[in-house]
Amino acid sequence: MRRGITATALAATLALAATACGSEGDSGSDKSSGGELSGTVTWWDTSTVGSEDKVFKQLAEGFEKKHPKVDVTYVNVPFGDAQNKFKNAAQSGSGAPDVIRSEVAWTPEFADLGYLAPLDGTPALKNEKDFLAQAAASTKYDGKTYAVPQVIDSMGIFYNKKIFKDAGVEVPTTVDELKTVSKKIKDKTGKTGLYLRGDDAYWFLSFLYGEGGNLVDATNKTVTVDNPAGVKAMTVVKDLVDSGAAKTDATDGWENMQSAFKDGDVAMIINGPWAVADTYGGAQFKDKANLGIAPVPAGSVAQGAPQGGHNLAVYAGSKNLDASYAFTEYMTSAESQAKVAEGLSLLPTRTSVYSQPGVADNEIVGFFKPVVDKAVERPWIPETGSLFAPLVTEYTKVLTGQSTPDKGAQDTGDAYRKLLKGWK
Amino acid sequence: MAVHTSQSVASAAGDDLARGRGRGTGKAPGGLRVSTRLRRGVSTHWYAWAMVAPVVAVIGVIIGYPLVRGIYLSLTNANERNVERSIGVNHLPATYEFVGLDNYADALTGDQFLGTLGWTLVWTVSCVSVTFALGLGLANILNRKIAGRSFYRMLLILPWAVPGFVSVFAWRFLYNEDRGFLNKLLAGGGIDAVPWLNDPTMAKFSVIAVNIWLGVPFMMVALLGGLQSIPGEMYEAAEMDGANAWQRFRNITLPGLRSVSTTVILLSTIWTFNMFPVIFLLTRGGPGEATQILVTQAYKFSFEISPRDYAQSSTWGVLILVLLMLFAAVYRRVLRKQGDTW
Repeated sequence: MRRGITATALAATLALAATACGSEGDSGSDKSSGGELSGTVTWWDTSTVGSEDKVFKQLAEGFEKKHPKVDVTYVNVPFGDAQNKFKNAAQSGSGAPDVIRSEVAWTPEFADLGYLAPLDGTPALKNEKDFLAQAAASTKYDGKTYAVPQVIDSMGIFYNKKIFKDAGVEVPTTVDELKTVSKKIKDKTGKTGLYLRGDDAYWFLSFLYGEGGNLVDATNKTVTVDNPAGVKAMTVVKDLVDSGAAKTDATDGWENMQSAFKDGDVAMIINGPWAVADTYGGAQFKDKANLGIAPVPAGSVAQGAPQGGHNLAVYAGSKNLDASYAFTEYMTSAESQAKVAEGLSLLPTRTSVYSQPGVADNEIVGFFKPVVDKAVERPWIPETGSLFAPLVTEYTKVLTGQSTPDKGAQDTGDAYRKLLKGWK
Repeated sequence: MAVHTSQSVASAAGDDLARGRGRGTGKAPGGLRVSTRLRRGVSTHWYAWAMVAPVVAVIGVIIGYPLVRGIYLSLTNANERNVERSIGVNHLPATYEFVGLDNYADALTGDQFLGTLGWTLVWTVSCVSVTFALGLGLANILNRKIAGRSFYRMLLILPWAVPGFVSVFAWRFLYNEDRGFLNKLLAGGGIDAVPWLNDPTMAKFSVIAVNIWLGVPFMMVALLGGLQSIPGEMYEAAEMDGANAWQRFRNITLPGLRSVSTTVILLSTIWTFNMFPVIFLLTRGGPGEATQILVTQAYKFSFEISPRDYAQSSTWGVLILVLLMLFAAVYRRVLRKQGDTW
């Protein structure tokens, strides 16, 4: 749950009805006589509407040019709803897409539930060695490959250069500096320093890593979110909000964050490459040079941002597996990734793409590549996708003063131990 | 048709007679009586049974099956990972087990269920009482002959005419802390932004306010209908006897509305108790779990957490049903004691 959880609650409720009685994306016949691909491939994309989706739609439809008998149906499902919508559809067996853009943490979970088709030995995987190792890691589950990496990402601080200049401050590199910088910005310009999303715990991770903490330690089967580092991280974010260095929102986090930053009401946000295209659409960033990006501030122990990204996975119940494999291969090919990197500044998962012209000189990609290289990788266990629900409840409770950092971390840890049977 | 009906009425009367006699002597062996009665019932009332059958079948499918299945799931440890799944080539059999009443014991001894129940009761009582009071007030105003009465009536029914989720979304935009209309309005008056949905206490007020806004039209229309059925002569007579406005309201209006108000309060309580869209679309139960009522929490178990906990969700669902049935039973009994025939 990373983006726009709240964006379309309506869609979420309707999803139930829609999947219950929705018409099945009938994928028709597999192959015509000549071995040529045909039929329909339905693809659920989760990219940001209004900026990213246009590029992806165009790219997806380009598949039809290569395979004229295949009909690609592009569906954009809001990111916040996609995990649940896919589960509903996949389990009931009706209305599920052939190919889904699956966030890295969802992939092992979907695979574990039996919803994904194994891709080893299929045309979906091509030139596997070219994939970045950390991108490929999340596609493997139980010795098989269930997805193909599409994009990889991490997080950084996005800042408004003009506000920084007006306030005469430099980009903060630690949380302590973040507080002083925010205060100066407030004093000089009246703007708030940082917008911290309070309704999505993904935005909490860099603070947790900064204090040397982590959600779980999968090698030793230990829950670590409630250790002293976890408690410290909760205290840090609570203090940022209480001291006025950061403002937060527990309901409309994504929309309010983006509009506050785009309108120049806040000087900094923490975000990833997926927000770049949307941010450039804002009034403050008509001049793209006004957007600065820097590594997330370090905590008292370390500096780190979570490694994220998206894979393409094929639904096991797809009626058109062959075309779906080919589509997945096409969308993750070096050529397609280069187009996406150029158009949207999203980071490719293939090593070879980084040296291509148009990608090599992309500033955003150039900034995020080293960040991704040392980003913190989460354990790719089926439960990774389940770890956010308990955390976000407690994180919001701490930020809104319903729980103390101590108790918040403790309750999250208890919920994790219930989820991960037998863990310490 | 008419023949059949009269026949069954006649034989039904005969049955009653037979039963009355049987009870009097107490001799007839029970088993025999039941089977003969059953046989006779089928042979004489077959037509009625045939007419009822489709309804019974439909209700059985729409209500009966999900209910029975829900109760069954609440006695197991079913979740997303152990229910039967059949996806393309992958077929995974069901592996969940029967665990008896464990889920109920967990729910009733843990603080999550009781805590949520506490807020659900506060939510229900405050919504219903305020909605009723406002609805009654408005109905009384609109029952008088005032200029533009039908225009006001139209206006006040509007929240009811707009689909619920549309108005809840509108409210959500109004409540938005940064960009919402309410805070812009306050900012114009020099007042700091109010965290309508972001502060746990404010969020509780906000959701209650929206539900009241949504609920008033129904109350008003129902009570207005009740008011119009009270004969005007009674007010005239009371006025002649020197009763003041309060006395007329207290002794004519309230008793006259009794049958209508008991029904709308019961309905409104049940609806509010299970008012899913308002909470879900406004706050999703947040911030944290501050506005989570029983149904939204049950939904969360079943659709938002992973692995989806079907067993716990069904347990909460069954408990909600039991609570509402208890409420309806107690409510009826209290009313009957007070002399209502309802």
